[in-house]
Order: sequence, then C-alpha cells, then structure tokens
Amino acid sequence: MNWFRNSSFVSITTVLAFTAVFWYAAAVYLNSAVLIDKYERHKVEWDFSKLVDDSWSMDRPIMPAPHQIILDLNKSIFQQKISSKRSLVYHGWVTISSTMVGFAMGAILGILLSVGIVHVPTLNKSVLPWIIASQTIPILAIAPMIIVVLGAIGVTGLLPKAIISAYLCFFPIAIGMVKGLRSPDPMHLDLMKTYNATKSQFFWKLRWPASTPFLFASFKVSIAISLVGAIVGELPAGARAGLGARLLTGSYYGQTVQIWSALIVASLVAGTLVLLMTVLERRVQKRMGVQL
Amino acid sequence: MEESTRVVEARKLDLVFETGDGPVHALSEIDLEINKGDFISLIGPSGCGKTTLMRVIADLEKPTGGEIKVNGMTPEEARLQRAYGYVFQSPALYPWRTVEGNLKLPLEIMGVEKAEQNKRAAEVLEMVDLTGFEKKFPWQLSGGMQQRVSIARALTFYPDLLLMDEPFGALDEIVRDQLNEHFHKLWEQTQKTVVFVTHSIPEAAYLSTKIVVMSPRPGKIIDVIESPLPEKRTLDMRDSQEFIDLSHRIREGLRAGHSYD
Repeated sequence: MNWFRNSSFVSITTVLAFTAVFWYAAAVYLNSAVLIDKYERHKVEWDFSKLVDDSWSMDRPIMPAPHQIILDLNKSIFQQKISSKRSLVYHGWVTISSTMVGFAMGAILGILLSVGIVHVPTLNKSVLPWIIASQTIPILAIAPMIIVVLGAIGVTGLLPKAIISAYLCFFPIAIGMVKGLRSPDPMHLDLMKTYNATKSQFFWKLRWPASTPFLFASFKVSIAISLVGAIVGELPAGARAGLGARLLTGSYYGQTVQIWSALIVASLVAGTLVLLMTVLERRVQKRMGVQL
Repeated sequence: MEESTRVVEARKLDLVFETGDGPVHALSEIDLEINKGDFISLIGPSGCGKTTLMRVIADLEKPTGGEIKVNGMTPEEARLQRAYGYVFQSPALYPWRTVEGNLKLPLEIMGVEKAEQNKRAAEVLEMVDLTGFEKKFPWQLSGGMQQRVSIARALTFYPDLLLMDEPFGALDEIVRDQLNEHFHKLWEQTQKTVVFVTHSIPEAAYLSTKIVVMSPRPGKIIDVIESPLPEKRTLDMRDSQEFIDLSHRIREGLRAGHSYD
C-alpha cells in the first residue's frame, strides 16, 4: 500500500474529486434561488431532481457546473481557429506574451537595482524605501494611469501591459536578490580578500553564484504576479484582447461560464510558467552540485 | 638573523575593537618575530587574541597601535602581492564548485592560464592525498577530507607563508592525529613558513618549532618557547620525556595567563 500513499497522482485526484463534489453541490445551492423564483413565476411543477438538472445547465448561472466550463473550454480552445477572437488560445497568447516581456523587464530591473543597492551604500539608503513604497500603491489604481499616460504619447499594445507586469514583478526580485547577494559567508568574503580579488571577481565568482537560490525563489513568485499584472493591464485597455479582456466582456454580458473559462486558463498558464521555472531551477542546481 | 629571512615582525602591536559594550582590548603590546621556515603555533584560551593576531598579519584586521611588517612590507602591501595562503577554521569551500573548481578558484582570480591551473590542481591534490576526488562536490566528502582540500587550495598559488586558523579544531581526535602527521610531512617537504592557531597543547607541541603562549583580556604574549624536539617528528615522539616536558611548559604558561583573572 506504500506506493498508494506516496503517489502524488492519488493525492491530486482525491483533492480534485472532493473539489468537484463540492463544486456541483455549490452550483445547485447558489443557482436554486433564481430557478425557484422562475418556477413560481411561470407556475411550473418542480421537484428536487428537476432543480438539480436545471441548475447544472443554465445559460447564465451564478455558479456554472464544472462540465459546463469544460465544454466551454473545449469549444473556445479546440473548436475555434487559433487566430479567431473567440479562441482562448489567441487571448491566452496575447496575455502570455506580455507576461513574458514584462517578466524579462522586471527581472533585469530588479537584478540591476539589487546589484546597485548591495554595492553602493547611498543607493541602499535612498532607493530601498522608494522600492517598498512603490508596492503600497494598489496596482488597480495605477494600471489605468499607466495605460492612459502611455497611450497619450502613442505607446499602445503590448508594452504598457508589460510595464505593469514589470512594475509588479521587479519588487520580489530586487528584494530577494539584495538578500541573495548579501548571503555569502563572511569567511568566503575574507577568502576572496586574501586573494586580492577585484570587485567584479567578488561579484561573479562569489556573490552571483551564492545568490542563485534566492534568484529562483523570487523568479517563481514574480512570474506568477507578472501574469496578474498583464491581466490587470488588459482591463482598462478597452478589452480588445487577452484573458483580462475575456474576463471583462464576460462580466459585461453576464457570461459567467466565459469568465470561469478564462480564469481556469489563467491559472493553468500560471501553473505552467511556475513549473517551467522549477524545471530550470533544478537544472541549474544540478550543475551547481546541489544535493537533490 | 638576516633581514631577508624575517617574514613577520611585530613591535608593540595594539588592537582595540570599539563595540556596543565599550572598547575591547584584543591585542596588547605584541612583540613577535617569525623567520623563514618557522612553524609557529599561537596557543591560548578563547578570547586571547590569537586569531585576531593572525588576521592582523593577513590584513583582515587593522591594528590600532604599534608596528607590523610582513615580508618587510605593510600587511596590506603583502596581501595585495598575495604573500600568504589562509586556511580557516572551517573548510570554507564553495558548495557550488567541485573539488577541482575550488582548487582553481585562487588561480582563476590570479589570472593563471587554464593548462597551468589543471596542472597545479592535480599537484596539490596529490600533496593532500586526494587524487581521484577532482569531480566530487564538497558535500560528498568527509569533514577531514574537506579540510585537506582547503589546505590544498591555500597551496595552489605557491605562497611562502601559510596562515592557519585552528584548521583541525572541528575534527575528531583520530582524524586530527592523522592530519597532524600528514601536515607535518607536508611542511617538511615544502619548507613553508607556517603560523598556526590552536588551543590543543599536543597539536602545538607536535607541529611547532616555536610556540607562542597567549593570555586573554587584554590579549598578550606571555611565553615564547623554542621547541627542543628534532625537526623530524613522529606521533610516537609524543611519549618521549622531551615532549612531556614541552607540553608541561606550555600548560604552565597557559595557567599563568589564567591567574590574571
């Protein structure tokens, strides 16, 4: 029975099964008020089994049942041309591309800031408080400003969204890397000093490799927030394309099934991005002799 | 003694650390001479400044008074010329580098070319008897092996002076005996000048040509003992009368230092 207990497949399926049962029950409970109201207005005979059937097959349910979402996902992923505006692959790709560009910008910014903070005492005192303050501004408030201001100077499309992503994701990278670049053992620092190492040798041969665990920990957090940034950036952009646009149009027209489909795709994308980052981390760790 | 054979010369050396609890007098009026080929042990209880004295020689601490010369220069000039190899209390190997990678680290920094790096890594690895372990990562080695790699790393760039801060302090007695014997042979072969911090009396007596006994608060030298033992040593020698007398004198010195408290 040990393989059974240790298998992650079994534990994941169990959680999934419980979620599904709970979800179906919740769909009946949340949709019943609307349905019962409708039955009474139209004087329809109803019993519990009719209520259950109807609550799992409404057009605009308060809470759609899982199979409705799966059918909608199938329709909008596999039954559409990829370039179609109705295809979630198209919208997903729009969001992923600005997520990646934003992540790359945020990573470069975050790493450069951390290098500056660690090496220049003045930056440590002057920049760090601003970095922290920057994250106290709610992104929902500043995102439309960024879109509007950049739109006014003619920058539209992917870049404004990527900037919002970068704005969110440079923070964990900068903070993590400040800690990472300061993580070398004092003894290792003394050792480099006895070799009369230059500043760049201190950095490339000691600080940078010592910081890799911190780098990947912050990358994993950042890539997920970068996706959130891209979606938030799509909301005020006139809802033309992207998963954010699907969420917004879904809520305009009460298309809850469409909202849930977009949510599921967004979380699958986030999961995949984090997973890819973990794979990359493992490969780097293996090269660096980490005991896995 | 001729000027050119003088490796370290300290006159009235003082070092006061300013700490939150007020000044700590770590070194007081230290006079010390170390000549080429000497094996000097600094022995004393914790807090007597033996490590601090060595860090001053290595230019990892700055003295607040007195004068010190290393190879006739200031310690900083000597450090910039890479005059010494430093071995720490723990191996301090880079966990992300293999044994070979760790040995090449100082050579990479000093700009030694690739072929020469490989040659020297193999050479020092043989000196510490670890040939065949090039590709291992530090966590795959025992504590004693790691410390041997760390000694080998200090030898790669052929420094004439080795500064060793309780290098065998964290190891068990059996491994320590082995390493003492091994290291003594290495010193005989290479004829390097060694400054060795320890708080083990048998270790100091077995390895040194000169033993410097220190006492704490403030850290100062209370006795300098020239070893009466012959240059070639064996572990069996530790049962000889000379060895027992030497150990006794060191112990007396340490006790005298403590009576200041």
